[in-house]
Amino acid sequence: MKLSTETQTGAELQWHRIKLIENPLIRNGLALLAVAYIFWSVGSLEIEWARVAHGLPRAVKMITRMIPPDFGRWQLLIRGMLESIQMALVASFLGMCLAVPLGICGAGNLVPKPVYLIARSIIILSRTFHEIVVAILFVKIFGFGPLAGILTLTLGSTSFISKMLAEDIENMTPGQIEAIRATGANFPKLLIYCISPQALPRYLGVSIYRLDANIRHSTVVGIVGAGGIGQVLAASFSRYDYDFSLAILLTIIALVFLGEFFSNWVRSQLR
Amino acid sequence: MLEIIRLSKVYPTGTVALQDVSFTVDTPQVVTIIGPSGAGKSTLIRCINRLVEPTSGKVMLDDIDVRSLNRRELCKVRRRMGMIFQEYNLVERLTVMENLLSGRLGYVGFWKTYRRKFPPADVVAAFKLLDRVGLSGYQDTRADALSGGERQRVGISRALMQQPDLLLVDEPTASLDPKTSRQIMRLLVELAHEHGTPALVNIHDVGLAQSFADRIIGLSEGRIVFDGTSQQVTAEVLTEIYGEEDWSTTIRKIEEDNDQDTQKGASKHKDRMTRETAA
Repeated sequence: MKLSTETQTGAELQWHRIKLIENPLIRNGLALLAVAYIFWSVGSLEIEWARVAHGLPRAVKMITRMIPPDFGRWQLLIRGMLESIQMALVASFLGMCLAVPLGICGAGNLVPKPVYLIARSIIILSRTFHEIVVAILFVKIFGFGPLAGILTLTLGSTSFISKMLAEDIENMTPGQIEAIRATGANFPKLLIYCISPQALPRYLGVSIYRLDANIRHSTVVGIVGAGGIGQVLAASFSRYDYDFSLAILLTIIALVFLGEFFSNWVRSQLR
Repeated sequence: MLEIIRLSKVYPTGTVALQDVSFTVDTPQVVTIIGPSGAGKSTLIRCINRLVEPTSGKVMLDDIDVRSLNRRELCKVRRRMGMIFQEYNLVERLTVMENLLSGRLGYVGFWKTYRRKFPPADVVAAFKLLDRVGLSGYQDTRADALSGGERQRVGISRALMQQPDLLLVDEPTASLDPKTSRQIMRLLVELAHEHGTPALVNIHDVGLAQSFADRIIGLSEGRIVFDGTSQQVTAEVLTEIYGEEDWSTTIRKIEEDNDQDTQKGASKHKDRMTRETAA
């Protein structure tokens, strides 16, 4: 009312940005509550500042014991590394294979609704848990070692690549699919003559990216016992062989760097 | 050849795209379908090869009721209908040759398709067509490297590779410049006549439709409101199809164009004329 009369007189036109919550009492009240909850959380989680104080000198001591890194047990190191790389390679390959049918079934523009919904549910479900949680599960089922690791990484790769593939196919211009259908091509021929040439470069790119990611993940899942260099790292920590731990960490860094460069290079070659 | 009987299409959104459309094409002629955007031109073309499923009515190709076919039989009938699109709809990452050969997909087995092992006769036919449409030497160029006019030539060739009994053409020139539009239309009509293939051509450019069509069908709000020859298209007819407008310039331009079309090699001259008239 006030605003409209002012508009009519034309003396003062007022404008302010529309707020998400217009009532200032509610708006500020909610902000205050949020801040209060964070403070309460810190208090209730019994974070002892004394421990932080104790921990700092221990960190310094640990670091001094880490230097210089000990590459003496390089055979163990190499073996763990190779196992990690093999895990990553096998898992990426399996993921690539499994992702093709799953990705195609997850593309809403190609398949009937029920198939689409089932495929998407599988993809979402397999993305629900973090790799570590899955790895713990598989270690419990299949025992320690690379098998659990490979299964974990395969699951992650499949869901990731198939999701990307499905979305890539859905983003295709419908015209090309329409045109190939209009020639009288059946579904399999549509896949190999239209979908595949259009989706292949990105599918390969995503797969290579996933290989790179799998190398990183393979070092992590080992920590819960799923094989690879991570398992060696966890063992060295628990035996206080910090100098060996540092050697492992440095090697992991080198490996991840190499993986990243390799993945970037391959993807730059794809168009 | 082609008989459309009381064809209707209602989209799930409730939009009525076609209402009781009936017509017959029984000679190898070029039929252009004109009408405003949303009149149902694209829907009509797509109902014939069931890229869009009609709601009711019949589509008869020779003695085959297209609507009654199962998926497999539909693929076989689609082989007999070549389709050409406004946005060309080539598979962009495939080469020109691969795009042409995709017109043979309905006849070649899966593994042969996968290995791109098309019968030698098809390859020969493809080279011939490339030559005919003025793209000889382009066989290994990727489709996404072509210009609009070149892409449409590939689009036309792909449809003709099917050796179709009917051409379905959806706005072949809407994405092209005026000169290329005329060239493409001329090529299309020539090829349709050479092969003795009837063609249904959606087009929103009345001038082009009149210049090149043997027969014109006017569609308005999903109904046929005109069916006749180019000469029969008058200001009154256009008003009925498109609504009230001053049609005098449209019609005069057509007459000029027709005069000039009879002169061979006058295209450059004509372009300058058109520009002068516009200015």
